[in-house]
Amino acid sequence: MKSFKSELGAAAAGALFAVGLALGGMTQPTKVKGFLDFAGGWDPSLMFVMGGAVMVYFIAHRFVLKRKAPLFDVKFHLPTRRDLDVRLLLGAAIFGVGWGLAGYCPGPGLASLGSGGVGALAFVAAMMVGMVGQRKLDALLAKQKPAAEAPPIAPMTEATRQS
Amino acid sequence: MQFQLYQAGWSLLGGAIVGAASVLYLATHGRVAGISGIVSGVLERTPDWRPRLAFVGGLVAAGLLLARAVPSFFGASPVSLGLIVAAGLLVGFGTKLGNGCTSGHGVCGMSRRSPRSFAATLTFIATGAVTVAAMRYLGGS
Repeated sequence: MKSFKSELGAAAAGALFAVGLALGGMTQPTKVKGFLDFAGGWDPSLMFVMGGAVMVYFIAHRFVLKRKAPLFDVKFHLPTRRDLDVRLLLGAAIFGVGWGLAGYCPGPGLASLGSGGVGALAFVAAMMVGMVGQRKLDALLAKQKPAAEAPPIAPMTEATRQS
Repeated sequence: MQFQLYQAGWSLLGGAIVGAASVLYLATHGRVAGISGIVSGVLERTPDWRPRLAFVGGLVAAGLLLARAVPSFFGASPVSLGLIVAAGLLVGFGTKLGNGCTSGHGVCGMSRRSPRSFAATLTFIATGAVTVAAMRYLGGS
């Protein structure tokens, strides 16, 4: 029988992630919008969330990477690309517009699913549609381009998968 | 909104826990803990879709329990349902195109000093700020 240790480890990480988001105020969209509201009464507290997370990850990930492999895999799978491209910047720009509109990014949207409101549910459903839609559009564009011509936007590979 | 010191303390603690959770995922599964990437991996049925789904399950379940225990941790989005759906579509499309969101680029990528993640994070904070400013100007919330 298959062991579920890998799934349990991932679930524990996900649960801890939700605790951090909630404590940090990320599951309050008005607070998130307040952070992005530089022209109004700017609420800098989310800067501390990112600061705290980066501090811990920056220090601790070095120790983890000294190991030969993660607990439940044969090797680490980290992005290696360092070049900037249109795809990255356009994607980030579009994501930012959505983030500013409703005050949800993917993690807090998921963590808020159980809080009762219909908003988080609608957000997460639409987000999944958006993800699938982007992939379908990629496939469509790849089909239309003749093979001789290099595609203007490279498909996502293991190396570019940042998250 | 008044900024208070104790708020910064909670934010820092929450952030540190997010960082710890991301390190845990790196230690167990060897991957960047980016929520958008984890979700799209489940949708695409990558070979490791099961632990990805488990991560999402843990995230959702802990959120549900926390919402029961401390309802004040959670707030509703101040915009209409139509705008929320539009926001979700943009967030899904944008994170898939740009290979990451606040967690993957903002936390893990910046900690790893990835130029791509620095550029992405600056970009999505800038367009997020422009969006909020535009909504304020147009009289939205």
